[in-house]
Amino acid sequence: MSVPLAVPPAVSADPGPLRRLRVLAARVGAMCLVELQKLRRDQTELLTRAIQPALWLLIFGETFTRLRAIPTGPIPYLDYLAPGILAQSALFIAIFYGIQIIWERDAGVLAKLLVTPTPRAALVAGKAFAAGVRALVQALMVLVLAAVLGVGLTANPLKLVAMAVVLVLGSAFFCCLSIVIAGIVLSRERLMGIGQAITMPLFFGSNALYPVDLMPPWLKVLSHVNPLSYQVDALRGLLIGTPAHLGTDFAVLAAATVVAVSVASALLGRLAR
Amino acid sequence: MTEPAAVRCTGLRHSFGSTRAVDGVDLEIRAGEVFGLLGPNGAGKTTTLRMITTLLPAGPDRITVFGIDVARRRMAVRRLIGYVPQQLSADGALTGRENVALFARLFDVPRAGRREQVRLALDLAGLTGDADRTAKTYSGGMIRRLELAQALVSSPRLLILDEPTIGLDPVARSSVWDRIGSIREATGMTVLVTTHYMDEAEQYCDRVALMHAGRIRALGTPAELEAGLGPESTLDDVFRSVTGDHLGSEEGGIRGVRATRRTARRLG
Repeated sequence: MSVPLAVPPAVSADPGPLRRLRVLAARVGAMCLVELQKLRRDQTELLTRAIQPALWLLIFGETFTRLRAIPTGPIPYLDYLAPGILAQSALFIAIFYGIQIIWERDAGVLAKLLVTPTPRAALVAGKAFAAGVRALVQALMVLVLAAVLGVGLTANPLKLVAMAVVLVLGSAFFCCLSIVIAGIVLSRERLMGIGQAITMPLFFGSNALYPVDLMPPWLKVLSHVNPLSYQVDALRGLLIGTPAHLGTDFAVLAAATVVAVSVASALLGRLAR
Repeated sequence: MTEPAAVRCTGLRHSFGSTRAVDGVDLEIRAGEVFGLLGPNGAGKTTTLRMITTLLPAGPDRITVFGIDVARRRMAVRRLIGYVPQQLSADGALTGRENVALFARLFDVPRAGRREQVRLALDLAGLTGDADRTAKTYSGGMIRRLELAQALVSSPRLLILDEPTIGLDPVARSSVWDRIGSIREATGMTVLVTTHYMDEAEQYCDRVALMHAGRIRALGTPAELEAGLGPESTLDDVFRSVTGDHLGSEEGGIRGVRATRRTARRLG
């Protein structure tokens, strides 16, 4: 049996922007496919991860809807809450992706990936969007449960596609944030601690559970710099039709993701050393 | 025109803080040979490999792979390399075929021939019959062969293996080496390998370099090195004479030990 070897690439200038975009899309596609292949075999994880959002909707949502303790205008509290829980479930998935990166470093996977002709930014973007794919699958379960509980969700396919984009962007940002923390702390245990320490402030310091108007001024400031707030605002506007600043929401999420991908890529080498 | 050396290192140096891991390595690996980089823990073997594979920075003109400067054209060099790290790095949640297909995509193997290329790589690694089982059901030796298939799917010119048989039982070790041998025969690719096992180096490597304290202390065919030390000498004796019976306990590093233990645990 004879197998041909790779031919050394000709000396050429740096690949142009189009070629770079193609590589980025190919790597993101490859990483997302792997995520779907894993999810197909591990449906237990999907079910167990659905428990927490289900409890928030069923217990917290139902109870506070009856209490009428949080003023949400003409919208039932459960309807108001559902997009927030959707964003929360995506956040909880993405924020621990850094642990996976550290595991991959320890198992030699990261080194192997870094030796492929893949720019670091493409590798990080691939991981980030794979987190988005996982969050989307999870979101489907939360949406079905919300519909069963009587939440008035949109059936407009365009709005649903836009919702998917918002979820993927938000997950990609928080996944990169997690990789950034992993690149700084370099250990699973520390990342676990920091992940747990920041998840709840991110969640409670956003508009996921209550309107920003109800917050004390200092929390309002935090909420305005918290990308989760923009994600929830967009999800709420798209899913239940509340007034939203969709242009700003998309712009903030996209810009935050680009910055996070850049910082995470810069720290990836630190993890691989 | 003569073919350029597979790898040429010139005055290679790398430090971690105040510790100099690689201290002036000059090395030429010829195209088509199986080259063994030997040495105790902390000798600088893995750091050298990581610089050749672009994982650690090397200055301009310090390393070339098939004539291409690693510092200037990292992506071009990566396209020529297949790398198997020391740890067991296949994804247990994916099947053998999916593991290999991922690397085919990452190396831009064209879609039209991708399926066939994956099949060929699995075949070269002797995993055709097990390709559709998840990797977590594989034995340690099979996982190593799967990693070989991952490294081969892009038809690299240079296959780099970091301690490929660490933690494997003797049968799995010889099966991995037999596979490396048959791959080399089928493809003519250059193989650069690090190992602790002198018997493996003696049996399977065309030439070896013995590293100690960041430098190359001896270089040649196993037979030449043994003859240089005296009659009846083995590569083990050469190793001892070069390292001075050095155990390397203070230089191996806890991270390296942990990685090795993790690998051994995953192998069962």
